Amino acid sequence: MSSTVIITIISLTLLAIVSAVILYFVAQKFKIFEDPRIDDVQAVLPAANCGGCGFAGCRNFAEALVGAENFDGLNCPVGGNAVMSQVAVILGKTAVQVDPKVAVLLCNGSPEFRPRTSKYDGVEDCRIQHSLYSGETDCSYGCLGNGDCVRACQFDAMYMDQKTLLPVIIDDKCVSCGACVKACPRNLIELRKKAKKDRKIYVACSNCDKGGPAKKACSVACIGCSKCFKVCEFGAITIKNNLAYIDAAKCTFCRKCVTECPTNSILEINFPPRKEKTAAVAETIAN
Amino acid sequence: MLKSFPSGGVHPPEFKLTAGLQIRQLPVPALVTIPVSQHIGAPAAVLVKKGDNVKTGQLIASVTGFVSSNIHSSVSGTVNKIDTVTDTTGYKQTAVFIDASGDDWMETIDRSSSLVREIKASQAEIIEKCKESGIVGLGGATFPSHVKLSVPKGKKCEVLIINGVECEPYLTSDHRLMLEKGEEVLTGVSILMKALGVEKAMIGIENNKKDAVSHLGKLSSGYKGITVHALKVKYPQGAEKQLIKALTGREVPSGHLPVDVGAVVHNVGTAFAVYEAVQKNKPLFERVVTITGKSLSNPGNYLVRVGTPLKNLIEAAGGQPEDTGKIISGGPMMGKAIPGDGVPVVKGTSGIVLFPQPDSVRNAVNPCIRCAKCTFACPMNLEPFLLATLSAKGMFERAENEKITDCMECGSCSYTCPAARPLLDYIRLGKSTVIKLARQKNLK
Amino acid sequence: MSNPLNISPSPHIHTTETTRKLMSGVIIALVPAVISSVLFFGAGAAIVMSTAIISCVAFEYLIQRFILGKPVSITDGSAVVTGLLLGLNLPSNIPVLSIVMGSLVAIGVAKMTFGGLGNNPFNPALVGRVFMLISFPVQMTTWPVPKGLSTGYTDAVTGATPLAIIKEGLKNGESLSQLMSNIPGTIDMILGKMGGSIGEVSALALLIGLVYMLFKKIITWHIPVSVIGSLMGFTAILWLINPETYASPVFHLLSGGLLLGAIFMATDYVTSPMSAIGMIVYGCGIGLLTAVIRIWGAYPEGVSFAILIMNAFVPLMNAYIKPKKFGEEVKNG
Repeated sequence: MSSTVIITIISLTLLAIVSAVILYFVAQKFKIFEDPRIDDVQAVLPAANCGGCGFAGCRNFAEALVGAENFDGLNCPVGGNAVMSQVAVILGKTAVQVDPKVAVLLCNGSPEFRPRTSKYDGVEDCRIQHSLYSGETDCSYGCLGNGDCVRACQFDAMYMDQKTLLPVIIDDKCVSCGACVKACPRNLIELRKKAKKDRKIYVACSNCDKGGPAKKACSVACIGCSKCFKVCEFGAITIKNNLAYIDAAKCTFCRKCVTECPTNSILEINFPPRKEKTAAVAETIAN
Repeated sequence: MLKSFPSGGVHPPEFKLTAGLQIRQLPVPALVTIPVSQHIGAPAAVLVKKGDNVKTGQLIASVTGFVSSNIHSSVSGTVNKIDTVTDTTGYKQTAVFIDASGDDWMETIDRSSSLVREIKASQAEIIEKCKESGIVGLGGATFPSHVKLSVPKGKKCEVLIINGVECEPYLTSDHRLMLEKGEEVLTGVSILMKALGVEKAMIGIENNKKDAVSHLGKLSSGYKGITVHALKVKYPQGAEKQLIKALTGREVPSGHLPVDVGAVVHNVGTAFAVYEAVQKNKPLFERVVTITGKSLSNPGNYLVRVGTPLKNLIEAAGGQPEDTGKIISGGPMMGKAIPGDGVPVVKGTSGIVLFPQPDSVRNAVNPCIRCAKCTFACPMNLEPFLLATLSAKGMFERAENEKITDCMECGSCSYTCPAARPLLDYIRLGKSTVIKLARQKNLK
Repeated sequence: MSNPLNISPSPHIHTTETTRKLMSGVIIALVPAVISSVLFFGAGAAIVMSTAIISCVAFEYLIQRFILGKPVSITDGSAVVTGLLLGLNLPSNIPVLSIVMGSLVAIGVAKMTFGGLGNNPFNPALVGRVFMLISFPVQMTTWPVPKGLSTGYTDAVTGATPLAIIKEGLKNGESLSQLMSNIPGTIDMILGKMGGSIGEVSALALLIGLVYMLFKKIITWHIPVSVIGSLMGFTAILWLINPETYASPVFHLLSGGLLLGAIFMATDYVTSPMSAIGMIVYGCGIGLLTAVIRIWGAYPEGVSFAILIMNAFVPLMNAYIKPKKFGEEVKNG
């Protein structure tokens, strides 16, 4: 081997050794102690980094969990109770069972029910259209259809229906992270308690105008007539600002309010068709 | 060499179709809807109720707080209801609905047309009169004038600047006012000078109104301290900060008010309204509105009562043309497109422009080619392409650092972008979000 | 009520200027250069330009439609401009295949990989040209002598460009006064009767294009003036120090691709800075680098490299050189 090669090998080896020693000491001096449980907790989290827990990513949430006394107020909506139980096992704490939720759009104003009276020609952005005017219809509370919520969803759980011009939430994919709720400038999306078979009963309207203008703007608007409130035996319905609201915690899915509503503003989703015939037979027998 | 602001600006086609048309009186409408918020600040509190009889010029809603304004009835008749009406905000607002009958004015108003030059009111009385009469900035911003005239302690006003620029295309209401009511305008300017305690007033007029420049120029020799200046025709010459820079050379620092460089700016229409309020005891309930558009058969400048539905104005102009695609309240650069002709004329309505369908639709959006024309066009020397992108991507903190709040939403950037990118749409979103976040931070 | 009204945020009017009109304006400004190229270099020039344009447009279409699956945007004119500028930067005897490959690199690598129009940091035509220079060094440095329409295509008679003559001569120890006799006169250099790429030779044609673009407000004066000014200023200083080893600033202005670069290549919207001061800094950098490469570098011509190097600094300039805002508070000392 020529002298050049020998010198090269020696000098590079020395350089490597010196660098390694320096790096070792620097690593020791600037070492941050991290609780190893944070890594363990992070490993069971869904790694979606969606912010649904209220923290800036799964690692941040893991740190909060490790540092917390108990799990009050700490919940991962994506992983749900399954993941929280696993975290509880790792940290030796008790997991709080949280009712799973699903996103629901409180508006049913498709062009069929809510006629368009103007044409919006600006940027397709709900926040921009909302700050500009009431929208292409006479309902200033209703969905604008520009898809801010669809764009905000990181779980492919939403799409815009081209016929109704309303966003559709796919129940199987929705993890109730709340991104769509925050994105909607009109606060039309609500996280409601998830029921068995994905059943839902809710007032699909957010219009607070008096009955007359509300009905004029949209044929399925809630006119605040209070008929649903009167017929509900479980006190699940409240009327505020000419608008009815059904509390999912108290609702027993008896469906009386649905038939009572004069404008068909209350929607029942994923229920079997009503037994109209049996009711008619019962009536004739009674007579 | 005409004075102008130093950088930026665009020159859209002027279309001053109604510049030569004398102001006509629009007939009093049968029903008026007078919103209780026609100004910046807190909405006025309604004083009347259904069934009350009111006279023209009667106070029907009063100030609530320091930055607020009185609202007066523009007709005589009976209050029909207190309900909501869609106005230029795009949403329904509380308004007083009055069925008009006759035109019975308050006895306190001097209805004679003779010029009253002697200013008997003191400085404090003038400011109080402005507040009483519901005077707001008639250039379109509708800031309550009595607040602007109350110079805060520690600050000094050296010069009053009168905005007769009217740089928006199509609008000619200020132009006609200067030509037909020149003496009244100048007396109003003198009144404002007394209210501010200044000896010097400069009236800026864009050079496409040469007749107004020479008319007011001649008349101003009879008024102490008032000078008339022709300015280069460039948008936004009438923007407050740009106007101050053009006339006095002073630049209002970012985040500060004109009074911090010793200047206060008022519109010529406001000066006229102040004249009527102080000298004739007439509150603000009517104003000159330009109704114009390429397809209108009878465009013109009308003296309109506040609360008149737009429909009446459009009918007077020959009716809504078949091909109308857009109705704009204000000028085409900064005005608001309105969804229907039931919207009422308010104190800030300087003009109504009707666009035919082909002019009403935006061009298709193309990718940004980084030509920097928006940066060269911005009168505030901001970088619109950057601010728009930051806002669209939600990077509001960085947008705040790039001084997005300096933007006055003049629209020069969107106007000039060859790729037709909706720059101002996103900048407005960013601006309002930055202001909202700053307010939340301050509350903590 | 008749049809529903349109509602959009202000402003409600728009300039008649569009991206396509701007691109067309650049093409029109290049027409004098195109005409002069054919007048001096004949059919070869026409073949080179048309091959470049057709290849660039074709590659943009194929890549957008079949590889990226995005909407095709060849009608905005930017690929045509890239192709035309690439062609004008080439010698008139370059074979078709080389041009096609250069176009592929220009559009495919320099433009499409970055995201298409508006996203590329480097000037696509120059990237294509430099690729061809490095891949086909002999063909790209053999320049036909202008013989008008009888120049021929790949069989053209070739000779050295003025810059090459100076470079070689100085290396051989000759003095400038000796070398100047081998170089075309100033009038010939202004008109374009000299060796070089088909678009760079005619200073007159390029200057007509500059005036047109300034008049139509397609470009501003900042970049061309600072490129030319800095180059001439720097070479003037050297020339005054030693006129025997350093060529005159006028020579540098009229020779090589300086005018083509200053007027058409450096002023490319996408790859130039977004503020007036930034543009001036950018232009001065290009002028200085061009002079340095020409005088001390290995290549006789440096404009392409100078522009590409300054392109790399543009994001930095955009981040730190910002226009002075209206009412900007002066920082207290």
